[in-house]
Amino acid sequence: MDRFLFLTFDGLATGAVYAAFALALVLIWRAARLVNFAQGAMAVATAYVGYAVVSVTGSYWLGLGAAVLAGLALGALVERVLMRFVGHANPLNDVIVALGLVLLIQAVLGMVFGNEYRPAAAPFDTDALSVGGVAAMSPYDLWVLGAVLAVVVSLGLLFTRTPIGLRMRASAFAPEVSRLLGVNVGRMLTVGWALAAAVGALAGMLVVPTGLGLHPHAMDLVFVVAFTAAVVGGLDSPAGAVVGGLLVGLILSYVTGYLGPDTTPLAILVLLLAVLLVRPGGLFSSVRARHV
Amino acid sequence: MTATEVSPDPRPTRPSPLRRLLPGPPGAAGARGSTLLRHLVLAVLAGTAVVLLTNQLAPYQNLQVARVCAFLCVTAGYTVLVGLNGQLSLGHGALMATGAYTVALMQQGFDERAVQGRWILPLSLLLAVVVTAAAGLVIGLAAARLRGPYLAGVTLAVATLVPAITTIFTDVFNGEQGLRFPMETPPAFLGAYFQPERWLAWVALLAALLTMLLMANLVRSRFGRSLRAVRDDEVAARLAGIHVARNQVLAFVVSAACAGLGGGVYAVLTATVAPGKFSLDLSLFLLMAIVIGGLGSLAGAVWGAILLVALQDLPSLITETFTLPSGLAQRLEGNLALAVFGLILIVVMLAAPGGLHGAARALTARLRARRRAARR
Repeated sequence: MDRFLFLTFDGLATGAVYAAFALALVLIWRAARLVNFAQGAMAVATAYVGYAVVSVTGSYWLGLGAAVLAGLALGALVERVLMRFVGHANPLNDVIVALGLVLLIQAVLGMVFGNEYRPAAAPFDTDALSVGGVAAMSPYDLWVLGAVLAVVVSLGLLFTRTPIGLRMRASAFAPEVSRLLGVNVGRMLTVGWALAAAVGALAGMLVVPTGLGLHPHAMDLVFVVAFTAAVVGGLDSPAGAVVGGLLVGLILSYVTGYLGPDTTPLAILVLLLAVLLVRPGGLFSSVRARHV
Repeated sequence: MTATEVSPDPRPTRPSPLRRLLPGPPGAAGARGSTLLRHLVLAVLAGTAVVLLTNQLAPYQNLQVARVCAFLCVTAGYTVLVGLNGQLSLGHGALMATGAYTVALMQQGFDERAVQGRWILPLSLLLAVVVTAAAGLVIGLAAARLRGPYLAGVTLAVATLVPAITTIFTDVFNGEQGLRFPMETPPAFLGAYFQPERWLAWVALLAALLTMLLMANLVRSRFGRSLRAVRDDEVAARLAGIHVARNQVLAFVVSAACAGLGGGVYAVLTATVAPGKFSLDLSLFLLMAIVIGGLGSLAGAVWGAILLVALQDLPSLITETFTLPSGLAQRLEGNLALAVFGLILIVVMLAAPGGLHGAARALTARLRARRRAARR
């Protein structure tokens, strides 16, 4: 029972990171109808910026801020310089360009910083506190959960309570009508990409201390898991992304704990295939995602 | 490789008056048998040219020819899937790994039982094709229900996660170290001093020619037309009586079989397999190769395979030519090729979505039009 509780808490903490990452994917899917396959590489790039600032200033919080700002800038840049000019006649074009970006970013990071794993310090203790004799969450896990919760709540407020959120939703759902009504749809797209990349950057900063460290390929697996989480929740639903992230985190935690860490990749694959084959629109979607 | 062009020559050959009375299939030069014959002749000519070429080359260059041929097996099938059928798979690196591991296990098994014979290699390669086609069937059955980014995501997961299987079943696949098996040697009748690399290039060439011949005929066949119909408009294809899902699964199986053959040949070239060789990057390289070559044309697959090998050898060429500080050289090693690949992928996609082959065709068409205008 203790073990089950520990695995549950651990799963929730890692699931929160997947949730944030999946949220970033959902943001871009809603704004531009494309899955950003470069999300992981972009998050790694901003994490390198963050940890460069940490090593210069010695302050984790400055580094976190720098990473998020770098995410905003990188997201806007990628949309303005690259994605805007991709022909949308073929839906594969977006994916191919994003994959080209993955290769480019990872190679540039490898050339500048080297391909070895760099240790990344966590701002809080990562040893689990015990509550009543049961090993529960570590302070770092609590910080991760709190940060992701704050992002989810503020994004929710942004989309439902502010004029810019309304314009973003409008241009995502009906671009032509929004344009007629005076919304600068192109700018909303840039803002969407910037926001998504910033959320991705935060998720990257949160996940790096729990893994092996900073590495150009550090997010490859995280991206796949986050994609699974987004698919579980439904690519259209931000709430679904969060629930999907937590759910996937829990499942992977149980699989790792009871069957061993080697089986996790297979578990992800099975989960992804099962969800796509049984309910391709995701658990929270009422829209059918395909018609054949 | 002009025979593999999808669109016929813009200037139709003038039929004889008698021939004009008979109804002929539009666009086709004649009966299907003549297409096969044309492809056969081309394949024999190309094969002879490469065999003569291997005579002149140094061992390492012959190995490069062999690598191009191994990749050509993969890119030919891959371009049929992505270009002709419109299904984007990122898992072809993993399918190559399936073929490579099958060959390695077979060769190792025969060696341990001290079985010898010239039939062992063809048998191993055949089994690699069969096993990979089966794997392709499984993925293809799932893929036929998925579209666009979903399919890309699932196959990306396959590419990322499949190498981990080698560490789960360590006693079979020997984990990160991978498997070694005895090097393939030239047959005795070629003489004792026959260059082994040249023999490997011949083996790979045979596989590549076979693949290209089959794919070229497949592209021109009824099945090839249904592949394109499904890509262009699924609903219309279904109305025309094409079983869309079956068509897509079949395309996946065919391209998987090609990837398995290519992976098997690739393993034979180095006599080793290891999970590190079949990482996600390999799948992205393959994608780059067919995008640069030109999606949907087999000639593009040839260009792609050549570029893939040329660009992979670029970093070592640079570090050999210029004397760089060792730290910098180490960082450039591998990463430089990745950066160039990524950049090319983006630029080609933005500037010339038709790829090299498309650009070359547009250029020749323009030159031809200009020459015709000058003649008038």
